[in-house]
Amino acid sequence: MAGAAGSVSGPGAAGGDGDDSLYPIAVLIDELRNEDVQLRLNSIKKLSTIALALGVERTRTELLPFLTDTIYDEDEVLLALAEQLGNFTGFVGGPDFAHCLLPPLESLATVEETVVRDKAVESLRHISQEHTPVALEAHFVPLVKRLASGDWFTSRTSACGLFSVCYPRASNAIKAEIRQHFRSLCSDDTPMVRRAAASKLGEFAKVLELESVKSEIVPLFTNLASDEQDSVRLLAVEACVSIAQILTQDDLETLVMPTLRQAAEDKSWRVRYMVADKFSELQKAVGPKITLSDLIPAFQNLLKDCEAEVRAAAAHKVKELCENLPIEGRETIIMNQILPYIKELVSDTNQHVKSALASVIMGLSTILGKENTVEHLLPLFLAQLKDECPEVRLNIISNLDCVNEVIGICQLSQSLLPAIVELAEDAKWRVRLAIIEYMPLLAGQLGVEFFDEKLNSLCMAWLVDHVYAIREAATNNLMKLVQKFGTEWAQNTIVPKVLVMANDPNYLHRMTTLFCINALSEACGQEITTKQMLPIVLKMAGDQVANVRFNVAKSLQKIGPILDTDALQGEVKPVLQKLGQDDDMDVKYFAQEAISVVAQRLRKLDFPDKDSEEPSTPGADKSCFLRPTGPGECAGKFLPRMISRQKETERLGWLPRRQ
Amino acid sequence: MLPGIGTLIQDMLWCFCQMKGTIEFGSTEADIISTVEFNHTGELLATGDKGGRVVIFQREQESKNQVHRRGEYNVYSTFQSHEPEFDYLKSLEIEEKINKIRWLPQQNAAYFLLSTNDKTVKLWKVSERDKRPEGYNLKDEEGRLRDPSTITTLRVPVLRPMDLMVEATPRRVFANAHTYHINSISVNSDYETYMSADDLRINLWNFEITNQSFNIVDIKPANMEELTEVITAAEFHPHHCNTFVYSSSKGTIRLCDMRTSALCDRHTKFFEEPEDPSNRSFFSEIISSISDVKFSHSGRYIMTRDYLTVKVWDLNMENRPIETYQVHDYLRSKLCSLYENDCIFDKFECVWNGSDSVIMTGSYNNFFRMFDRNTKRDVTLEASRENSKPRAILKPRKVCVGGKRRKDEISVDSLDFSKKILHTAWHPSENIIAVAATNNLYIFQDKVN
Repeated sequence: MAGAAGSVSGPGAAGGDGDDSLYPIAVLIDELRNEDVQLRLNSIKKLSTIALALGVERTRTELLPFLTDTIYDEDEVLLALAEQLGNFTGFVGGPDFAHCLLPPLESLATVEETVVRDKAVESLRHISQEHTPVALEAHFVPLVKRLASGDWFTSRTSACGLFSVCYPRASNAIKAEIRQHFRSLCSDDTPMVRRAAASKLGEFAKVLELESVKSEIVPLFTNLASDEQDSVRLLAVEACVSIAQILTQDDLETLVMPTLRQAAEDKSWRVRYMVADKFSELQKAVGPKITLSDLIPAFQNLLKDCEAEVRAAAAHKVKELCENLPIEGRETIIMNQILPYIKELVSDTNQHVKSALASVIMGLSTILGKENTVEHLLPLFLAQLKDECPEVRLNIISNLDCVNEVIGICQLSQSLLPAIVELAEDAKWRVRLAIIEYMPLLAGQLGVEFFDEKLNSLCMAWLVDHVYAIREAATNNLMKLVQKFGTEWAQNTIVPKVLVMANDPNYLHRMTTLFCINALSEACGQEITTKQMLPIVLKMAGDQVANVRFNVAKSLQKIGPILDTDALQGEVKPVLQKLGQDDDMDVKYFAQEAISVVAQRLRKLDFPDKDSEEPSTPGADKSCFLRPTGPGECAGKFLPRMISRQKETERLGWLPRRQ
Repeated sequence: MLPGIGTLIQDMLWCFCQMKGTIEFGSTEADIISTVEFNHTGELLATGDKGGRVVIFQREQESKNQVHRRGEYNVYSTFQSHEPEFDYLKSLEIEEKINKIRWLPQQNAAYFLLSTNDKTVKLWKVSERDKRPEGYNLKDEEGRLRDPSTITTLRVPVLRPMDLMVEATPRRVFANAHTYHINSISVNSDYETYMSADDLRINLWNFEITNQSFNIVDIKPANMEELTEVITAAEFHPHHCNTFVYSSSKGTIRLCDMRTSALCDRHTKFFEEPEDPSNRSFFSEIISSISDVKFSHSGRYIMTRDYLTVKVWDLNMENRPIETYQVHDYLRSKLCSLYENDCIFDKFECVWNGSDSVIMTGSYNNFFRMFDRNTKRDVTLEASRENSKPRAILKPRKVCVGGKRRKDEISVDSLDFSKKILHTAWHPSENIIAVAATNNLYIFQDKVN
């Protein structure tokens, strides 16, 4: 658009009356309404630039009214707008005028899209802090009231998040009104609003006077906790955490605990699930005394709940619960009150429950110490290592480090091995993939000897898996192992086996050799790469399968930086040039690409100063492009690949002559 | 006395109000209406068709000077909800036909509805716009570019009123969760979730989340050869967020409680009427298949429609329905030919009136039936072009069953089985009904004065 507009005026008019600095702003303003969402989004993100150019007065009187009515837009634009307005006080004239930002945010707080609404509320909360106490009562509180008594539940849900920010700074009379509004939202007709109120109950309780909490919040909490909608009741559990933190132990016992006990035994599994899910928070909030008297029995019930989801959520919390128990007497409590239930879960009928337990159970060993671990936990670990569900076994294996610290791994290794082998050979490739991920960790825990003896063959077997993802993961795994065990180990155990595969009748396996070399060369260093790997790669350049040949080109490109110049110049380059004349299009392409990379490197090494003077090496595309000396030599390089193919022969024909 | 909603049927006269759709003979397949649904206030009426379109009608404000014209429904918005697709993995064509429309409770000035075809549920927003911004910096009012050097001041666009524009925008697409054909969608009373049911599974969705849903019912047997029944319809309880029912092709209804467990494969209640051995025939199983299930507004009763009857069940009594109404019992002798022309597999729907005292369902020959639950009186009415004079009172129709045909009666043999009324809707609080007859939508009201 700039170009088109410029041509109208002609070059002579450039020095006219027009203010150059206005033009980009004018574009930004116009693009607020562009058809392209991306451009609108860009403009909104630069709203501060626009406001700065307009000045505070016009921003208040023109820009904000326009934005207030722009709530038809796409969500992402509205989201960006809501976010911008939260930091806009400076652009409308400072805190004295912060209230000017309320109308656009108010309309954003009523849109149906939750993320936009939440962002508008967040910005409103931010702006509320910039209001003076007088402005707060004059502008912000009325806005909250308007939203709270709005016709649509979107506005009422937004209001719920605003009470806690204006309450502390309001006068007593206003405070009473705010509380009244909150109360009515807690008993709103629509579950949406009750949910929003329930989720903000804890936050609101924190800013209230203790007396009001007891006299008003607690009854609201009790009501919400017995709401007919499951989705409301379960949010009351969260509120419970905040309220419990405020009250004294005695008040807690009389005012909150009956409700919490009821929630832990709610008819709906979702509510019980929430109790299980929030258990650690609840435990911290109610303190050790009530934990022992109430929460532990509740937890026992959750661990043997009839719904698997609840048991799984509770099983997840076992370790945290145990950790957070008071150190004194902890062991006894765990041994007597928790462990029996855990033992049951190990043989649960539901695999999610077992795998949830498996992901935390190892953590108990540090809490219980060596003796108890060996006597009580080890049998459980071993049972889980033999579980029919691979996820359970994986979770145990992935947490081995905890146990290693306490009892050493040798106790487990006998059971570990069959488990690993079985997972390594699982029919599901995702399971095999998962166990590969843990191999470096296992190798570290088990030590090089054990690894060589038992696991090395597995790692090699994965290299010839029939699923590519496994072969790929296996090559990465080798790299990590080399990083762990060192190059000498690699040279002795890994590299020979990898290189042997270069002669495999299956071309996929031959390619795996190349992939391994790609991954290993860096970890193995120059010597091994040059002496052992390079000859194999070069030999494979004569493979009858094109896929292998172009992967040779790719590999040479990849290991090029590790090799020294002699090898590059004397061995790599000729082979690449030969591949560059291959019959196969793709081989040619990748060889060409490799040649240019290798050549660049050679040039840098040999003639670092001349680099910018003569474009001596073909394929060093950048310099050719800047100074096209030959007849369009490198033009093809910049074209999309499909087009460049036609140019290939021409360029390749020219290439050897230059050499 | 004004006839209210509880008025007995025989006192209630229905009169023609409007007919929507093409009047010309021979409409295309795509125009066939496949679902009809009033929103919660009755102000809007949505229809979906086989061409994947959704048409929304809005009731006009009643005006003082036109007493006899009580709020007609006029087109408010039309949009293409679904397009035909092709599943390349399964080599299956996915029809664009709208199977169901469900309105969401209103949450702001815009309206929201769910529409579904066989595979994909979409959430649509229908909103109004009556202002538009004016004034550019780089263009003048005619859209000609301005010389940038003449820009000495910045213009902020201003909003000016314009003609009302109604826009429909897709807000969410809930796809890839159904292997079989979706037959029902139902919004939960928690306003947060809805379910979608196909032949073998029921999924629970959150309105905000499109990339995952929870499977709550799965009746697929490990071996598909052991398959004996399919899910035909499903609906949430109107007030209890944890309760829903689904009906099966075996004529049974299961009520599930989502509180007891995350998977509702095991039902809480099982509604089934013992079969009458004397009526047993080759067609028994087919005609007992339930084609629609609806909770009453009160939540106390469920109504089911099978091929020949409508049944009302009390939630507290599982062993038999409390009421059974014969819709077109005269077809019992014709089941053989109805089987041959596939009509026996037609899926008739059923609806309650606002106070749950009258139920309505469709039949053949553009007939539809109403049953008054209090007086046990019933009536057969016809949606036809012949009657489509404004304020014309619908004459009750009678089908003659054997014997001599009296005047005004129509014999079973002359019924037109290609004209079927499968989808009907009843205004949530007034006596206004919408009846879909192939490609036409008829709106009738009770006669006032």
